[in-house]
Amino acid sequence: MAVRVQREDFDPGAELERFSSGKTSVGGICLFVGLVRDYAGHDPASGAAVNAMTLEHYPGMTERQLEAIEAEARQRWPLDDTLVIHRFGRLEPGERIVLVAASSAHRDAAFEACRFLMDWLKTKAPFWKVEHTPEGDAWVEAKQSDDAAASRWDKGTP
Amino acid sequence: MLYFAWLKAKTGVGEEDVAPPAEVATVGQLVAFLKTRSPGHAAAFEVMSTVRVAVNQDYGNLDTPVKAGDEVAFFPPVTGG
Repeated sequence: MAVRVQREDFDPGAELERFSSGKTSVGGICLFVGLVRDYAGHDPASGAAVNAMTLEHYPGMTERQLEAIEAEARQRWPLDDTLVIHRFGRLEPGERIVLVAASSAHRDAAFEACRFLMDWLKTKAPFWKVEHTPEGDAWVEAKQSDDAAASRWDKGTP
Repeated sequence: MLYFAWLKAKTGVGEEDVAPPAEVATVGQLVAFLKTRSPGHAAAFEVMSTVRVAVNQDYGNLDTPVKAGDEVAFFPPVTGG
């Protein structure tokens, strides 16, 4: 179980190698990497061009919240290990922002926990994006679709 | 007090120490006090549905108790990932 919040890039291959090495009882690892898109919103046809973005975060609370999200995932699924890496600072389209990984004896737990980690991270970890577009800078607004994605993991919801 | 994202831009400060009156005991009462500090503060807290709060790095709401020495942060809904 590990959380890293950092300005510098990470190497998904090296992280996967480190995450999987020596784990003979693990049947599967699910690893997700999020990238910076070059347009705002959902639709590339209507979204403003994004030249770059800057991610601000709340040092201390960010790590605390990510650790709580990892702990919650490990309560819900029989996981061997989890890893969350999130970058901050200025990022350009195509750059990696985030990596989450979960390993388990069986694939279902790894897939579900990986998705849970991302869904909760997007609605609970204190990061904020400002997009740098040709028209100027704009703070990204929270999406209802992200709230909906996170709420399907609420306890008691089928 | 800590402010992030556009709340930092509107208040004009990222971090400040404040000494609210003794009767301020909740986040809601603290917000009412902070709004009197400057026009920027008043603007930042104008639409509270767009503001989130954390007290000592845990999420709270307008009813969350606050006391001297607490780290209180205000920010918009989060957009990481």
